Amino acid sequence: MDFSYTVLIPLIPLALFVILGIFSKKIPPSISGWMGSIGLGASFVLSLYTAYHYFLNGKLNGVYQTFTYKSTWLIFTDKLHIDMGVLIDPISVMMLVVVSTVSLMVHLYSRGYMKGDDGFTRFFAYLALFSFSMFGLVLATNLFQIYIFWELVGASSFLLIGYYYTKPSAVAAAKKAFIVTRFADLGFLIGILVVSYYSGTLDFGELNSLQGSIITGWASTTFMGLSVFTWGLMLIYLGGVGKSAMLPFHIWLPDAMEGPTPVSALIHAATMVVAGVYLVARLFPLFYFVEDGFALNMVAYIGALSSLIAAIIALTQTDIKRILAFSTMSQIGYMMLALGVSKYEGHEGLGYMASMFHLFTHAMFKALLFLGAGSVIHAVHSNYMKDMGSLRKYMPITHITFLIAALSIAGFPGFAGFFSKDEILVAAYENNMLIYISSVTVAFLTAFYIFRLYFAVFWGEDKKYEHTPHESPLSMTIPLIFLAILSFAGGYIPFSEYVTADKMSFTSHLNLPLAAIASSVGIFGIILAFVFYKKVSDLPDRFAKAFGVFYKWTYHKFYFDEIYQFVTKKILFGIVASGAAWFDKNIVDASMIGIGNKTMSISHKIKGMQSGKFQDYAMAFVGGGVILAMVVFYIWIN
Amino acid sequence: MDILSLFVIVPILTVLVLVFAKNLKQSRIIALIGMAIQFAMSINLIFAYIKERAVNTDIMVFTKDVLWYESFNIHYSVGVDAISVVLIALTATVVFAGIFISWKMDDLPKEFFMSLITLAFGVFGFFISTDLFTLFVFFEVAVIPIYLLIGIWGSGPKELSAMKLTLMLMGASALLLVGILGVYFNSNADGGALTFNILEIAKVNIPLAAQNIFFPLVFIGFAVIGGLFPFHTWSPSGHASAPTAVSMLHAGVLMKLGGYGIFRVALYLLPLGALNWANFFLVLAAFGVIYGAFGAIMQKDLKYVNAYASVSHLSLVIFALLMITKTAWTGAIIQSLSHGFLTALFFALIGMVYGRTHTREIDKLGGLMKVLPFIGAIYVITGLAYLGLPGFSGFVAEMNIFVGAFEDPNLFHRILTIIVVSSIVVTAVYILRMVGKIMMGPLSDAGYKDLPKGTWYEKVGLVLLMIPVVIIGVMPLGISEMIKASIQPFLERLL
Repeated sequence: MDFSYTVLIPLIPLALFVILGIFSKKIPPSISGWMGSIGLGASFVLSLYTAYHYFLNGKLNGVYQTFTYKSTWLIFTDKLHIDMGVLIDPISVMMLVVVSTVSLMVHLYSRGYMKGDDGFTRFFAYLALFSFSMFGLVLATNLFQIYIFWELVGASSFLLIGYYYTKPSAVAAAKKAFIVTRFADLGFLIGILVVSYYSGTLDFGELNSLQGSIITGWASTTFMGLSVFTWGLMLIYLGGVGKSAMLPFHIWLPDAMEGPTPVSALIHAATMVVAGVYLVARLFPLFYFVEDGFALNMVAYIGALSSLIAAIIALTQTDIKRILAFSTMSQIGYMMLALGVSKYEGHEGLGYMASMFHLFTHAMFKALLFLGAGSVIHAVHSNYMKDMGSLRKYMPITHITFLIAALSIAGFPGFAGFFSKDEILVAAYENNMLIYISSVTVAFLTAFYIFRLYFAVFWGEDKKYEHTPHESPLSMTIPLIFLAILSFAGGYIPFSEYVTADKMSFTSHLNLPLAAIASSVGIFGIILAFVFYKKVSDLPDRFAKAFGVFYKWTYHKFYFDEIYQFVTKKILFGIVASGAAWFDKNIVDASMIGIGNKTMSISHKIKGMQSGKFQDYAMAFVGGGVILAMVVFYIWIN
Repeated sequence: MDILSLFVIVPILTVLVLVFAKNLKQSRIIALIGMAIQFAMSINLIFAYIKERAVNTDIMVFTKDVLWYESFNIHYSVGVDAISVVLIALTATVVFAGIFISWKMDDLPKEFFMSLITLAFGVFGFFISTDLFTLFVFFEVAVIPIYLLIGIWGSGPKELSAMKLTLMLMGASALLLVGILGVYFNSNADGGALTFNILEIAKVNIPLAAQNIFFPLVFIGFAVIGGLFPFHTWSPSGHASAPTAVSMLHAGVLMKLGGYGIFRVALYLLPLGALNWANFFLVLAAFGVIYGAFGAIMQKDLKYVNAYASVSHLSLVIFALLMITKTAWTGAIIQSLSHGFLTALFFALIGMVYGRTHTREIDKLGGLMKVLPFIGAIYVITGLAYLGLPGFSGFVAEMNIFVGAFEDPNLFHRILTIIVVSSIVVTAVYILRMVGKIMMGPLSDAGYKDLPKGTWYEKVGLVLLMIPVVIIGVMPLGISEMIKASIQPFLERLL
């Protein structure tokens, strides 16, 4: 089997980026929109073909094979070199499908959503750049290649969040996203240095095949009680924490909603933010085998905690995109914890499979939620729930598709999210009770906040709209319908056949008791939201008052932003950076100038000696001669 | 005529012809033609070098040796390896682009271009010399015109800046001269004749005591121009006062003489001294990386930001040179190149912004992207490249340095390495703060609405500098392997 053609999947968007980027002023919007969509369409078709081909024929003796095509890009030492290439295995193929599907939908949707915008062609150029980088990331063959594309998706995210660059809040959000994730990437980079130094390789194939004695060998080199390898993995995971907006680096994600909504759907919901999950899955054997999975435990707990906190914050937000952003963070926490509780072989690797499954379904329904929200924002020109209500009358397609996505994320039986979430809960139940309980709580909260949003936007009272809202054009509704189909049907894909930790198929069954618990808490959440928000009442306000301080904390997102503000503005800028600038000007430079001035003043003082008077010189000459003679005499008598 | 000597002859001829120029138009055309020839020769030199390297395994190729002053055994002797070849190409590109950027230099144009090209002449001579004495002479030739260029064509407190810069560099030269003479007078340690020839001295075992004394002199002599803390303070005020093309050439090329000299003279000729002193200077360099980056955050003047950024990035070069691994050294050379192009780009861009708005104060600028789309786009790209985004040369350089430095298992060096690596975050902060403020956001002044767009010569200058940044960033293998091959004999001295 030959999969070398898959290199075209990232190269097509790259070519698009170069062309659209250089000629962004020359190419009219009507053409650039189609160019982008057709290009991504080609990548989409290639991805589907690859998936079909690979999952049908990719097995040898019951195990999915890995295909690698690469060439050397940069050589560091005899052992360490960066290759550029493509790696085809179950998770990369699955990710190709996810990325190309959502990206294509977003391209099609943006043709309508961004219509009339000044930077239309520039927008499509950025989208192409992002798609290229994301494809490169999922196809990466080694740690450094993934890091390179990791940085590139970060940069495209920066450009797209800051797309409305004349808006100060957008610029601030773009900077924040870049710098926060860069800080996390610092950990990633140091992790790569540590792991590659001790293992002598950057290659995923070689890293993941290291087991047993080799790993225990490294374990003997310890640092503060843990093996250096565990440190390396935890540092690498830090990069994932930043990119996937896990605690405590989640603060950039809500602000990133300043970008155009299709961008939020593509980058900050479906693809880039799950890169952290993908990274852990990519290195799963290492995480699992090194030091009994110490690092993997950390993945689980950070995931579970982020999932819970984000779901709580989402309850009280009023900006619909921010609710969805916290929802994304919460769902990614799900994926992380599923990976974290997973084991390796056969059915024991259920968590791994569940995580990938949820990544897939989440990409579809969350992209749909965002695109639906975009359609709503497009109609009412506001992000806030208070400006919306009763929109089902004006926007039937948006309404129905949004409802499907909401049911899916709430885990309503039969929808895609129900199946993937069930697998996660089963995996958690079998391995860690604490995490299981937290996850069930999150399932309830999720159903509640998403239906709070749904009822407030599509039901409730009819606001006095300045312009009567109307349904979005076909270019926007067709992607909605397509994603709605996937948000329902995606759950019926037998994932455990295809994507597993040990690359061998197993069959998973619905665990009926657990599924019943999960779906009943979900339905309970929906009913509660119905009671609270179906009609406008003072019930929510009374509740908010009853919770008092807790409500306030939640509303302010537990003051994470304020803490970061304090550390960066007051300490780093106010003390360290200003201190360095002051020190340099007033101490270092001043002492250099001081030396100069001293030299000058000394020369001023002694310049009188060059008086030009013969008597003075004669005096000095005689005096000097006498002193010299005395010195000589003194030495001589000793 | 040999291929290397042309690199000093063409600038001299250009300066001589410039004497007859009557006005700006003639001056810039003459300067442009001269530097275009120089640029073409430098590109040719790269290919000629690759061809020659395939058959010639000497440390230096294209060598030529002429006895100059017999009593002291001073020679005019030239030769290049991959490191000098790439730095010559850097210089030629920056000077060439600098002519375009100075297209409208209407204040004493003839004298300006003459000084500028004289400076370039010194730099080219420095990079091709293999004789310590001639190397030192060219070094001085490069430093002197800077005083005139800043003092006459500069802005702000230009006299003070020019004075500070020149005096500090002269002070460094004094140390350097003592160090070089110290090396010279020990070059007969194994019984041969006294010599200034670098390759000859490298075969001699200079006594340890002498190495310990002369290494710091030579090192500091070069490190001052290389921007090492605490000898860097000439650079912010000097760059701020200098005219655009001079800042470009100064930060882009002249400061590279420091790293090159440390590599070619200090480490190569005094290896034992280097090993003894390495840790002390490593701490200074590592501190400079972080200190420069933090210093850049709070600056108000665009040129000051860039000057402190240069201190940070060039301390990284010195840091890498002192880590003494092949990968780190490769990174140091690529970082010199990369920083040369990028800082020249930044200074060129700042000059364009300043020429239009008459201010360099960050607080007064804002939203220029909307009115200056081309300049704005290049500004953002340069910023991203500067903070080490993959796909640009800075990433290749930094990764070589970080991986190379981490190869050293010494715990103390590891800690320094991690401190240095963390500069990538601080760099992102000051770059994005600057780019975000001046290019993005709302237009800060309604009067800026009709600023003239980028002209053709500005665009040519910028594109010229951007091309190598992208080429190195996208296809780094060729250049890094070429450099690595040349590093080997120098590294062996220290192992």
